[in-house]
Amino acid sequence: MNSFLNTSRPPVFCPGCTHDRITKSLDAALVTLGIPDHKTVIVTDIGCSGLFDTFFNVHALHGVHGRALTYAAGLKLADPSLNVIVTMGDGGMGIGGAHVLAACRKNLDMTLIILNNFNFGMTGGQYSATTPSDAQVGSAFLNQAEIPMDICGVVESAGATYVSRISGHDDGLSDELVSAMQHKGFAVVETLGLCTGRYTKRNQLTPKVIDQMIAQRPSPGGVIAKNLRSEYGDRYRQLAQEKGKFPDPFVVKKQFDMPDARRHEVVILGSAGMRIVTAGDMVCFAGISGGLNVSIKNDYNITVLRGQSVSEILLSPDKIGYTGIESPTVVLALSDEGVARRQKIFAGLSPDTYVLKEASVAIPDTPAQVEEIDFKAIKIKKTDWALASLAVLAKHEIVLNKDMLVFALKSRFNEKVFNLSMETVEKIL
Amino acid sequence: MAFVFMEGNEAVARGAMAAGCNFFAGYPITPATTIFNNMLQMLPPKGGTCIQGEDEIASMGYCIGASMAGKKVLTATSGPGISLYSEHISFAIGSEIPLVIANVQRLGPSTGSATRGADSDIQFMRWGSTSGAPVIVLAPKDAKDCLELTVHAFNFAEEFRCPVFIASNKEIGMTKESFDMDDLNLPPLVERTPYTGTGPYVPFAADPDKAPPFLPIGGKTLVRQTSSTHGPDGYITIDPRVIAEMQERLHTKLDAAMDRISLYEENMVPDTDTLVISYGITSRAVADAAAALTDRGRPVSTLSLKTLWPVPESLLLEKAKPFRRIVVIEMNLGQYVNEIKRVLCGKQVDFYGQMNGILIPPAKIMEAIENE
Ligand code: SF4
Repeated sequence: MNSFLNTSRPPVFCPGCTHDRITKSLDAALVTLGIPDHKTVIVTDIGCSGLFDTFFNVHALHGVHGRALTYAAGLKLADPSLNVIVTMGDGGMGIGGAHVLAACRKNLDMTLIILNNFNFGMTGGQYSATTPSDAQVGSAFLNQAEIPMDICGVVESAGATYVSRISGHDDGLSDELVSAMQHKGFAVVETLGLCTGRYTKRNQLTPKVIDQMIAQRPSPGGVIAKNLRSEYGDRYRQLAQEKGKFPDPFVVKKQFDMPDARRHEVVILGSAGMRIVTAGDMVCFAGISGGLNVSIKNDYNITVLRGQSVSEILLSPDKIGYTGIESPTVVLALSDEGVARRQKIFAGLSPDTYVLKEASVAIPDTPAQVEEIDFKAIKIKKTDWALASLAVLAKHEIVLNKDMLVFALKSRFNEKVFNLSMETVEKIL
Repeated sequence: MAFVFMEGNEAVARGAMAAGCNFFAGYPITPATTIFNNMLQMLPPKGGTCIQGEDEIASMGYCIGASMAGKKVLTATSGPGISLYSEHISFAIGSEIPLVIANVQRLGPSTGSATRGADSDIQFMRWGSTSGAPVIVLAPKDAKDCLELTVHAFNFAEEFRCPVFIASNKEIGMTKESFDMDDLNLPPLVERTPYTGTGPYVPFAADPDKAPPFLPIGGKTLVRQTSSTHGPDGYITIDPRVIAEMQERLHTKLDAAMDRISLYEENMVPDTDTLVISYGITSRAVADAAAALTDRGRPVSTLSLKTLWPVPESLLLEKAKPFRRIVVIEMNLGQYVNEIKRVLCGKQVDFYGQMNGILIPPAKIMEAIENE
């Protein structure tokens, strides 16, 4: 193919706009590369640079301001064989800064062309993240209170593996784009150009001045040796492949007949580190093995290593509707923090409710039957109190029996942990 | 009986896998994070891709790119994330990009309460985009629903080429429960219709009541996709007739299939004069309340909506017809009730809602039903 330009959609830039030269240079670069049209996609966002996708006969995706890199990443991850080119202006680079940084850190094999013309052309020449502080722009004096950012410096420090800065008027632009596209990894080419429609009306910017700017702040020159590493997609696929097997759902069959197969509401009041959630799961596994429907909700602090840990469990021969606790049949009071969290329930418990209280824990007055157990005295560690209290329930055959508890422990733990937990259980049973 | 035991969020992930999802991108947020965690366990062994975006906007962008390359994509978030998804939800609606969004709702406004449930975003999901063009919103009531409705969501996203929301809730997403796998009722899978015509591919050319046939970016035929107002050819247009046709089709493609999209459960009790309408987690407490009222000799009928948007208007009209009174219960201070009042204009519609971070107990619902 000798051109990828879309003859039915010729470029419509203002006369003298550097974007026009960049369009032609990109076309020449694509011709040199010789990749078939359907293997290239041009991804663009908003602004005059966002018109690029329409001028080429390749796949095209035009989206929201600053987000082009995110669509590009999705496309590249979905189809690694694609040659993905993103064009964005200094505006899109600014608003999509987080995506530019993330793309540099990821190093997907894509080429980002940032068409820096120092202002927002399309909306009236407002200042952008690259506008010099002394420029005359459409945002009055606002740019005078900020400094422009150095695109190449930022993307280099963010980990881009190929970075270059070049004038849009440079005869070598097409070659530069070829090497950027040939680079396996994330390549950023910053082109400096003229926005004749807006910027150069009020500012002395010419191709010569651009050359001077580049002389003052030279291009990093392409491949950034210190950043070189695996391409993200390759690395991702390698790591993903090493990942284990598909986690099938955990299935429990009914295997026990519980004499006490009625609706239960179990509340476990403990603290972080007491394996309250694990104990809650055990009650559920046991319940399912007894043919019951179960549900469990856990309440713990966002900072997981301290504070209360509360589990609320429903077990019922009928399907469970409302999953809140209405009238607990079992309360395991294992820490003051946990009790404090549900203090209000104690006064309203029924005389039939079974409350297990560890000797060191204080509970409010309650009409329920309370059994106090000193786990410490029988040398059970605090981290095992929740498990030990399940053994107490099994002893009384409330909610579960020994077989169900052993089944639950076996289902959840590996052999070593199972044996350790059985040591605790045997101290009770 | 073979029971599984999982939280709603795991069930969404399992539903996605059952639907053939092969791409996920998301950003951690309580109470939706475990969907991401589960997808990270489930996708790689099946050759799928699971990405943590640098933010919510990027996560949706990754999904849009992957979907346009032909992948079946899922993302998951909660209210604050939906706020950030908004610009890309608009993109996906207007440019007909299939994707499924699980919204595990939490108590708003704003950052609100990360670990407290509410059906906060019922109107937001529908209207949190530009233009007013429709989306599909499905509301599960439990873990099993999460699995089944996620498969429906993928089917709808593929067929209608639009974003489909799973309107879950912290109280479903983070509650583990048992259900019988044998009770699962999964629909046959639907895939987006590929373009098979012989002429040149016109990416948005479609029947007036259908989504356009799809070809992926990266395939042999060149594809144009754009967030801008476009004609069938995918180029920007200012032709009012073309614009009007495209806009109308975004509505008509869903309206024409309303009957199939409208999913619900009902318990119609003969000789009752009251119909209680609810959705999501609340419909479970409604069922308990209705059972208790039956025991008290004051039975009511119930309708639990699983499809909230588009509003199943003819279904509502048909189901409500025999009843003197409608009671709507919601885990917010009244969002969907306004749709029901609009559709059932002239009927007595009473409402009870609660927005305090906890589930509505059946007793409150009974009170609302009994206190006329
Ligand atoms: S406004 Fe500026 S950037 Fe846009 S086409 Fe005109 S000269 Fe080029």
